[in-house]
Amino acid sequence: MSRFEPATVNLEFDKRVDDALRDQELRANFRGAMDFLMGKRAAMFPDKEDLEALRSQGEAIRNRCLSQLPELLEQFEQRCTENGIQVHWAETSQEANAIILEIMHKHDATRMVKGKSMASEEIGLNHFLADHGVECLETDMGEYIVQLADETPSHIIMPAIHKNKQQIARLFNQKIDGMEYSEDVDRLIGIGRDVLRQKFFEAEVGLSGVNFAVAETGTLCLVENEGNGRMTTTIPPVHIALCGIEKVVESLQDIPPLLRLLTRSATGQAITTYFNMISGPRKPDEKDGPQEVHVVLLDNGRSRIYADKQLQETLRCIRCGACMNHCPVYTRIGGHAYGTTYPGPIGQVVSPQIWGLHTAGAITKACSLNGACGEACPVKIPLADLIRRLRYESNNDEPTTVPAPRGQGSLRKRSEAVTWKLWALLSRKPGLYKLALLLATRLRALTPKHIGPWTLYRSAPKPAARSLHELAAQRSQSNASSQEHGRNE
Amino acid sequence: MQRAYPEKPEQVYFFGTCLIDLFYPEAGMAGIQLLEREGVKVVYPQQQSCCGQPAYNSGYDNEARKVAAAQIACLGEELPIVVPSASCADMFRHHYTDLFADTPLHKQALELAARTYELTEFLVHVCKIRLEDNGPAATVAIHNSCSAQRGTKTAQDAISLLRQMSNVAIVQQERASECCGFGGTFAVKAPDISNAMVQDKCDNLLATGANDLVSGDCGCLMNISGALEKRKDKLPAQHIASFIWERTQ
Ligand code: SF4
Repeated sequence: MSRFEPATVNLEFDKRVDDALRDQELRANFRGAMDFLMGKRAAMFPDKEDLEALRSQGEAIRNRCLSQLPELLEQFEQRCTENGIQVHWAETSQEANAIILEIMHKHDATRMVKGKSMASEEIGLNHFLADHGVECLETDMGEYIVQLADETPSHIIMPAIHKNKQQIARLFNQKIDGMEYSEDVDRLIGIGRDVLRQKFFEAEVGLSGVNFAVAETGTLCLVENEGNGRMTTTIPPVHIALCGIEKVVESLQDIPPLLRLLTRSATGQAITTYFNMISGPRKPDEKDGPQEVHVVLLDNGRSRIYADKQLQETLRCIRCGACMNHCPVYTRIGGHAYGTTYPGPIGQVVSPQIWGLHTAGAITKACSLNGACGEACPVKIPLADLIRRLRYESNNDEPTTVPAPRGQGSLRKRSEAVTWKLWALLSRKPGLYKLALLLATRLRALTPKHIGPWTLYRSAPKPAARSLHELAAQRSQSNASSQEHGRNE
Repeated sequence: MQRAYPEKPEQVYFFGTCLIDLFYPEAGMAGIQLLEREGVKVVYPQQQSCCGQPAYNSGYDNEARKVAAAQIACLGEELPIVVPSASCADMFRHHYTDLFADTPLHKQALELAARTYELTEFLVHVCKIRLEDNGPAATVAIHNSCSAQRGTKTAQDAISLLRQMSNVAIVQQERASECCGFGGTFAVKAPDISNAMVQDKCDNLLATGANDLVSGDCGCLMNISGALEKRKDKLPAQHIASFIWERTQ
């Protein structure tokens, strides 16, 4: 689990799920955490109508911004440049990594501190930099914990939510010099902070993600609770912000409603401890802040998602994690089982599109289409519909959409396709269908006790003695004859 | 927003659904009898089969479309369509229109969606049914399908029908709104995850002490009662139409 390898997602998915389901401690950790988060969110939205109104507003803002994405990105670049922020465009994760490394080289830098950034997980930045002799330290407490454990985040907001107090106590005890075993949470966090504090001063470069990029003003907005984001973006002489191209909003006015939705949906907080707005490097008369600020605008498949009218809804996401908190599947298998940077419902939609269906399409099967995710989503992304659409694209062997998601048709199984063809034939030829009903009802005594995976955990359903088709026909006949009868009397 | 409901019609189509057809026909019959007792004549087209949802949810759109077109054809007249399953009603109401977008059948799909009703919804809002409970005292847990909660949004209608039953006490299960793990082919394609979900559902249901389980969707019923049976736990499960019909004779 130490490193996200796209190549293993489809191949090892079933095994990962299996392992996760067997791990009772993990399941208890997730159940407890998700119940807690769902409760917190619910308490923040006591009025259903208010919530609906706010969600509609959030959806509308994101849609408006996306509808003018190319122009807003240009405007954002121009404003940033005017503000003295250097803007870079990265089409792929390789390009993004290379740009970041080049900035490091330019400053002879070998130490980086990072605020939490899922985009940097997406491009595999830590390992890339490590391979090039750069030490990268995660400074978000959760990210720091997973880094110590040589793991990846299991949630997009709470990266270490899969671990309980005891597990973290053991980890600190093993990995941090001089740290005794303690389950005192304050003490654990205190130790973590001490370690990190020193690193903030040593690092030459700080890297952060971006929650909202404001086109009107060229401002980078960062939401956080620990203050590590502020340190990361203020103390080191160089700050690099890694930003997915979909994160741009039109104006500062768009932020308050989105921020309200984000923090309430994510952690059930009315507001976070910190909300950073960065509009440029340190000015000559200022006492702190980095001397250089860079923004790397990451595409990595996003413009392809953008080009499809339905799939474009994916890009409304403000990465609050509410969909995973409410997902009954995520609650049971946890984030690592998905095997991708982005887990849960939004991960099932984003990951196969970023890495291709041939690489990550299999995770779309871990969904009962129950819709709890879409109901929780603050910007009303119809996640279940999109997951279903991607299932279709995985099977689709007659490419019809332009541009098709990468790996279209790659998961089509011949046997499955044939089964559905037969089913379709049976279900649209009434004669055949009724014959099948007749056979099944008359031969019900022969119903097999084991029907594939269904009967692993459930008894086999037995066909009725008479189908509804038959019973309904009988009833309408007897109705007709009793009417007839009535008339004759 | 609440849907606008018509006056009680003289006649309706009844769409039985494939699961009810083969495994729970008594639920279908109970639905038909409830409607006819309200003075609504029921037409059961013999050409009907399945709404197409299993293939649709599995991502076999072309197959789903063919089967869906056959249903549109046999439900052609302008009668309301009553469906004793929120999940199939939701397929008619919301997914046919997507399935037939940009095809000649789109208009018909829209029109079919507009006149489709889930059974409990139809009984409550169109028939304005009044029920007299003649059954013995019962403690009932109700399981609302995800489709009833989030698709057709008719979960409340099943509850209000049960509330009319004077001898029935409704008990609430923990995490009542959570999916039971059926999800059609999900139960077969991700059997272990589905199992984890249905086991929790069974535990929560048994913990209520209910002596009956009632649901408006036979998919959920098949899943939950199949799992209970395998565990050798006893909690009789019935479609809400059967439950109500039996108690109101
Ligand atoms: S899809 Fe919606 S609920 Fe999920 S992370 Fe994105 S904004 Fe939040």
